[in-house]
Amino acid sequence: MVSCVINTDQVFNWISDIPDPEIPVISIKDLGMLRNVAYENGNYIVTITPTYTACPAMKMIEDQIKERLKENGVENVKVDLTYTPAWTTDWLSEEAKLKMKNYGIAPPQHSSCSKLFSMSETVVCPRCNSKHTEVISKFGSTACKALYKCLDCKEPFEFFKCH
Amino acid sequence: MTSKEALYNYCLRLGDNALILGHRLSELCSRAPFIEEDLALTNMSLDMIGRAQALLKYAGEVEGKGKSEDDIAYRRPEIKYYNNLITEQPNGDFAHTIARQLYVSAFEYYFYSDLEKSKDATLAAIASKAIKEVKYHLQHAADWTIRLGDGTEESHNRMQKAINDLWMWTGELFEMDDVENSLLQEGIAVDLIPIKALWENYIKQVLVEATLAMPDGEYMQTGSRKGIHTENLGHILSEMQYLQRAYPDAKW
Repeated sequence: MVSCVINTDQVFNWISDIPDPEIPVISIKDLGMLRNVAYENGNYIVTITPTYTACPAMKMIEDQIKERLKENGVENVKVDLTYTPAWTTDWLSEEAKLKMKNYGIAPPQHSSCSKLFSMSETVVCPRCNSKHTEVISKFGSTACKALYKCLDCKEPFEFFKCH
Repeated sequence: MTSKEALYNYCLRLGDNALILGHRLSELCSRAPFIEEDLALTNMSLDMIGRAQALLKYAGEVEGKGKSEDDIAYRRPEIKYYNNLITEQPNGDFAHTIARQLYVSAFEYYFYSDLEKSKDATLAAIASKAIKEVKYHLQHAADWTIRLGDGTEESHNRMQKAINDLWMWTGELFEMDDVENSLLQEGIAVDLIPIKALWENYIKQVLVEATLAMPDGEYMQTGSRKGIHTENLGHILSEMQYLQRAYPDAKW
């Protein structure tokens, strides 16, 4: 039996700033994808949750977690994928939303998206802060984003969908 | 049939529905009418294939023979597939693709809302992810149905034709057999009888807004619960499974 030599909080800290592959200004912790680190039977179990069921970034994130921990001398790592509780944009911190906005992606407001017909929410242009915006497509370059355009500054931009 | 066998079969049904419709939509990649629509259809395809992966992985765990989700997807013949027949129907013109999406997404919306309360923790967890995605799929399909139905004479007629053509495949969505009934007793499966009323009511509302007529045909096609399919599934599988059949155990 190998004893737990490294505190799980330390392990959590080492991996918490790994960037999201799609939005590199935001970490997997900011996004709420990194859920937990535990120590069981000689292994560090890192639990992550996908934003969307088919999020293609999960394998990359898993590899980055293993790589990062290897650099810190931890090799007995297992990455678990969980669907519960289901990921929600409510877990995004205000700081994360600000980073997202500065990166040019309009952040979701809050989870008022639970109703079926609620696409009428106001999306604010991340460049000029105008509320005068229009949806181009409800589906964007990745599963978590929609395409909008600003009717004032005329710039197209991405909106991180309320989920 | 043991309880485990019923659950395995149930997972295959749900997983196959997601996989086959996901595959159908993936065929439209780079072929959609315009680029935003290309993104939308392939995004939905990705959601469904992701859901299929989770469900078929769980099916493999329930079966307990060490099969992965890939083994289950790529190594079954069509008689061992249990997807609803509507999911394998061809994409047709854009109206047919949208009508199929409307019927299926509305069904999935009510179905997964209910499956979220399942006593099976894994199915409930998958359902809670799926429902968030399905809401977007349904909005997309309803928006297009209304836009095309309440559009030009040409778009109206083609949307109505698609709604009528696909109608006979919708009855099967609500069929309950021994698998569903035994799992319903255990609090695992969804009772499809009340779902049918909700579904019909929703479809009616969308069609009214789209100035389209609700089909009233009574004949409904059936077979998938027993693995009986239209000729379409064989063609889908021959493409989807080609690589694993030609080069078993091939790896990237």
